[in-house]
Amino acid sequence: MKKCMLDMKVTDNCRLHHNYCLLKLTADLPLPDMNPGQFVQVRVPNSATTFLRRPISVNFVDKQTNELWLLIQLVGDGTRKLAEAKTGDLINIVLPLGNGFSMPNPGESKKLLLIGGGVGTAPMLYLGARLKEMGYEPTFLLGARSKNDLLQLDLFEQYGQVYVTTEDGSMGEKGYVTNHSILKSVHFDQIYTCGPKPMMMAVAKYAAGESIACEVSLENTMACGIGACLCCVEKTKDEHHVCVCTEGPVFNIEKLSWLN
Amino acid sequence: MAELSVNIGNLQLKNPVMTASGTFGYGIEYADFIDISRLGGIFVKGTTIQPREGNLYPRMAETPSGMLNAVGLQNKGAQYFADHIYPEIKDIDTNMIVNVSGSSVETYVECAEKIAELDRIPAIELNISCPNVKQGGMAFGVTAHGAAEVVRAVRKVYPKTLIVKLSPNVTDITEIARAVEAEGADAVSMINTMMGMAINAEKRKPVLSTITGGLSGPCVKPVALRMVWQTAKVLNIPIIGLGGISNWKDAVEFMLAGATAIQIGTYNFVDPTVSIKVIDGINDYCDRHGFRSVKEIIGALEV
Repeated sequence: MKKCMLDMKVTDNCRLHHNYCLLKLTADLPLPDMNPGQFVQVRVPNSATTFLRRPISVNFVDKQTNELWLLIQLVGDGTRKLAEAKTGDLINIVLPLGNGFSMPNPGESKKLLLIGGGVGTAPMLYLGARLKEMGYEPTFLLGARSKNDLLQLDLFEQYGQVYVTTEDGSMGEKGYVTNHSILKSVHFDQIYTCGPKPMMMAVAKYAAGESIACEVSLENTMACGIGACLCCVEKTKDEHHVCVCTEGPVFNIEKLSWLN
Repeated sequence: MAELSVNIGNLQLKNPVMTASGTFGYGIEYADFIDISRLGGIFVKGTTIQPREGNLYPRMAETPSGMLNAVGLQNKGAQYFADHIYPEIKDIDTNMIVNVSGSSVETYVECAEKIAELDRIPAIELNISCPNVKQGGMAFGVTAHGAAEVVRAVRKVYPKTLIVKLSPNVTDITEIARAVEAEGADAVSMINTMMGMAINAEKRKPVLSTITGGLSGPCVKPVALRMVWQTAKVLNIPIIGLGGISNWKDAVEFMLAGATAIQIGTYNFVDPTVSIKVIDGINDYCDRHGFRSVKEIIGALEV
């Protein structure tokens, strides 16, 4: 898939909660095909302290409106600046980057569990939408600190059953995603997950224990996003460093050193 | 349209714009964005005789107008390069230059010999200035004696164009530059990254796994420019200037200060097409000022 750099126009920038915004962008030309789990590199305009692009995962691609959605957590100066973007502003984007989740073969009857934590729920929406298109009924398990941090729930519900955990018990089951009762009542064939690293490690460990195939999407800090700087490395099972931006961000847990 | 070609040792460059080692992969990583054959040259990722896994993650910290890196020369070794990467890049129509590093004089020599066997690699850039490796690397580049020792040894086995990349982490860079010139280097490239550090105050921990790292990006440009200017006054071999170049104006400034050619490094991460914009910008500058050849601006600073 050929990568490109383009100026995209902001069609909507919606603050979902004080700490998150949903940025919708469009382009003059049809957007290239993007796989769930892939990411883009966003240039942050007018921020003196933000030098590098910000890697943001694809939240959704709306083919009809030629829109790319980015769900952005406001972490530092760069993301806060992006949250100020106005309709009509141009934002420079490099895309599509990384590998994306491996999709099941159409027609296979697999029980698929999509686990997202915090802003890591972002790529799960697009993954769920694509799986639904293929005829699957994905199950979502979304975790957050409290109910205010659970985003886009109405959208997730369009594509499958949604289960929720919150750390403070304000919505769904109290605790972490790996404590949710659905894991005991249903046997899943495949888990896809994205979220904070401790959460993904716990999910990976659970999946390995139950012999469930599992893919994790990493967000190591990176500079270039195209495999040139070698900053975003993760260690593989055989102790080699690989770039998250090109060999990932999605990895089968079998490939990583996490279970060593 | 000005004449943009310049010469470095035996190399003829189409134009003075090249890309810096460690920021441009093997060139092919950028081929989706630009026609890489338009560049004057590409300095490929630092290569060592043995494979290196590099330093532990985290390896990068963003700074205002720049970044720190602590990659630590991760590469699959010179043999892997010769067998697997060289065939992929040897027909790219520009100067493909290998950045050679080592941990001892012997390993520098072995790596240079290995790369010398590759017909389509017309030059090497000897990296005596990497701040991110425990052994070798910058250790050779911070004394005139150490720099001279490596260059002397490599010069004996490497007949093609030999460029030496200098460290800014020294008291007097002109002294090191003169030492490598005296040992037969064909050119110097300057500057490598400046040693720096980042701290996470909330966690009371260093950001980088190695604690210190190399600073690059627009924040180092004034220092690099000053060093190029000082060195140009005392050196007879050409200087390839780098350090924070992010547009054609920066590139022209380095050439006015005395650089024959330039490299673009960290800014490739921000704009993967910047190198082509710089070529076009230098051409426009020459046209606008009535220079028929870009060579006329080398060292043309009026002081």
